[in-house]
Amino acid sequence: MVKLEGLAGNYEKYGEVEAKLLPLGDSAVTVQLGETICRRTHDRVRQLAEHLERHRFPGMIEYVPAFLSVTVYFDPLEALTGLGGHVDTDGQADPLGVVADWLGEQLAKLENAAQTTPRVTEIPVCYGGELGPDLPEVAATHGLTEQEVIDIHTSADYLVYMLGFAPGFAYLGGLPQRIATPRRQTPRLSIPAGTVGIAGDQTGVYPIATPGGWQLIGKTPEPLFLPDAMPPTLLRAGGYRPVPAHLPG
Amino acid sequence: MSMIIVKPGLLTTVQDLGRYGSQHFGVIVGGAMDAFALRIANLLVGNDENAAGLEITMLGPEIYFAEAALVSVCGGDLSPRLNDRELPLWKTIVAPEGSVLRFGPARLGCRAYLAIAGGIDAPAKMNSRSTYLRAGIGGWEGRALQKGDRLPVGAPREAGKKLASLLADEAQADGVAFSRWSVAPDLLPAYTPNPEVRTVAGQELALFEEESAERFFAGAFKVRTDSDRMGYRLSGEGDALRLREKRELVSSAVTFGTVQVPPDGQPIVLMADRQTTGGYPKIAQVASADLPLLAQTNLGGTVRFRPVSLQEAQRLYLVRENGIRTLRSGLERMQASGNGRVQADGKR
Repeated sequence: MVKLEGLAGNYEKYGEVEAKLLPLGDSAVTVQLGETICRRTHDRVRQLAEHLERHRFPGMIEYVPAFLSVTVYFDPLEALTGLGGHVDTDGQADPLGVVADWLGEQLAKLENAAQTTPRVTEIPVCYGGELGPDLPEVAATHGLTEQEVIDIHTSADYLVYMLGFAPGFAYLGGLPQRIATPRRQTPRLSIPAGTVGIAGDQTGVYPIATPGGWQLIGKTPEPLFLPDAMPPTLLRAGGYRPVPAHLPG
Repeated sequence: MSMIIVKPGLLTTVQDLGRYGSQHFGVIVGGAMDAFALRIANLLVGNDENAAGLEITMLGPEIYFAEAALVSVCGGDLSPRLNDRELPLWKTIVAPEGSVLRFGPARLGCRAYLAIAGGIDAPAKMNSRSTYLRAGIGGWEGRALQKGDRLPVGAPREAGKKLASLLADEAQADGVAFSRWSVAPDLLPAYTPNPEVRTVAGQELALFEEESAERFFAGAFKVRTDSDRMGYRLSGEGDALRLREKRELVSSAVTFGTVQVPPDGQPIVLMADRQTTGGYPKIAQVASADLPLLAQTNLGGTVRFRPVSLQEAQRLYLVRENGIRTLRSGLERMQASGNGRVQADGKR
């Protein structure tokens, strides 16, 4: 029987930081920094991301921060050569192990990064109707009216935990539990750009047309992906973003 | 220097090895589905491995070379022809001025890669020339090629010029030349219509019912017709793959070859245009060395996943990379010696 292979199956202490290192295939390692979405884990994720912005190892390609983890992508051959691992094709070479060792050393060095001032972005949203076809289902799931779902959704401040899934797509924390709704059983093949959705206790806006499994409750005319700008996204990780709503008309 | 698209084919796009470095903005990597084939095609015309070429899908285009060009076609066998001659894959080729490249039926695989010395000089967006169809950026105007497109070609590097001069002796009466050198057969992926791909455990494999996990690694999965460059949607013969307990996962990063299972229990393998992160449980991860096999599997084809250890997946990766290094140094030695009658793998 196949078994889940971890470089370390459990959390280990690296200096002050507790982390679990998991391979993502043969060319990436996920550094898991916690089990639940919270401000503390988010801060750790940002610290590690900022550290990797300044410190790289040979063959490191890029990193992707998420809610609980930072995944580091690398070229195994360059990493082995550059970090002084055993380079051979006899089955003894272990680029993942060499990279994991390097990451462990960096985790032990993590300092508390300065907190950047949250930047507030307002996103106008048209809720329901053709623009938010799942609003009735979300309302029915919770025994609320559509207007109540809208009021609850616009009342909260959201923290941009991470960008991912699509360019400029921000995973926002802070969705009130009263309207948390599971993903759809089968993802839709195409969701128009600007669509606002809910998945579990997450909410977000689709920046480009893409398939996806979220419950769709509305749409914004604001572009979230700006391919000619740097950074190329309207939203950036780390700030609070309230989402005020404007009904159509 | 330019090449002209006379007929666009089904889906022909400009691709390099991908848009790395912007995934933390949520910008996908994209790039060639069969990155191995594009790398080799580029090496065979003296380009940087990351130079932009064409990814040609199933029904190939018709391309007119207004000037003589040094080209290579690698990857899937879509019956390429140069003028009236069958064009061999995995070789360096001189296409004389006024020649026409056409494609026929797909004999093996479904994606061919055309590299041209100097690379396709499309404007780079976020450090890449890859076409990102869904966002409409990169490549040629962010879209698949159309009839009448005139693609500019960059200036060939010194290596490309040397390879072209080595081929001068091989030219036929019509000016077409095929290299004697080619790629060592043992370096090529074992392309097949219904591949078995070597696969390591996914980060959430342990969350699946044991029976589901066993079935995943034992069964055959059909590539559904709604699959694309973003992901292959698979359907298995048996029941849906099930988790031990129903749960919503927290989204985290994914990569090329990540196999995730949405609640309907039918796995999806993430491909070149995959999203950067995903929230479905990851049952498995295809070994990098076998991604070309998957990239060349056509809609309706069948895929099996054979479990291997991470150690083995890493070994396969290093074997492949060593082979590419050997090819690269063989080509360099050939350019230095001025002798094109040796195999590019260094063997006579």
